[in-house]
Amino acid sequence: MAAAGGGEGERVMHVLAVDDSSVDRAVIARLLRNFKHRVTTVESGVQALEMLGLEPNVNMIITDYWMPEMTGFELLKRIKESKDLKRIPVVIMSSENVPTRISMCMKEGAEDFILKPVQQSDVSRVCSRIMR
Amino acid sequence: MDCSDLRRQAAQMKKCLFDQGYLDEQFYQLEDLQDDVSPNFVEEVVTLFFKDSSRLFSNIEQALQKNSPDFQKLDSHIHQFRGSISSIGALRVKNESTLLREYCKKENLDGCLKTFQKMKREHAILKQKMDDYFQLLRQIGTAEDATRPII
Repeated sequence: MAAAGGGEGERVMHVLAVDDSSVDRAVIARLLRNFKHRVTTVESGVQALEMLGLEPNVNMIITDYWMPEMTGFELLKRIKESKDLKRIPVVIMSSENVPTRISMCMKEGAEDFILKPVQQSDVSRVCSRIMR
Repeated sequence: MDCSDLRRQAAQMKKCLFDQGYLDEQFYQLEDLQDDVSPNFVEEVVTLFFKDSSRLFSNIEQALQKNSPDFQKLDSHIHQFRGSISSIGALRVKNESTLLREYCKKENLDGCLKTFQKMKREHAILKQKMDDYFQLLRQIGTAEDATRPII
């Protein structure tokens, strides 16, 4: 699933990061680029779906849960309902630890759930699992 | 003032920001992400935060209009703001936002208004301190460039 690239032996993913906060977009992009992944950031679920319509070859989507217009959960559902996009692993981020929310997302097919603020160790864990 | 004096001053400034509770350990996480590829990452992210927050403050102000406060919208705006606050480690601002959220849940307009004012004050103080801190870091950068031997 991961595209070849980067240095020798390194596997590089194309990650789509979705967050309405410019601060959080900057941080998650930096964290992912630290692991040499290629990152595209968008500020909403609507923009994410538009982008995926043009470029579906994304290896992972990491999205904030709480966004205006379309939540991360709604975006997850739309992706898992699409025959072209359902194979893409989706990771949800949230600043709130709400067990019912987490289990709802995992039931809907989320790959993982990360509590904000996102740490290097979270990104490392998630990317390693997806690339295996 | 030479480089080492400036560096000592910056270290002391940063220590005060932590000791006085303006910043928490999340700020160290941001610093860890700064390197030769992104040498100004921390300042860039903090600048984004202050840019975003003026927009979020006006959203919160709108939701807190005395005639018809919209607590649902307010909760949504506070939630949005808290994400950014946590990401840069702005501890005092975060604490006020927690209180604001509690008053919002109780639909206590008076409590919301008072806490919002306090949050804005803490935010303004933090902004000034961060501006001073980054200005000092830039001075250090300039001083180091000036003393670097020309090859």
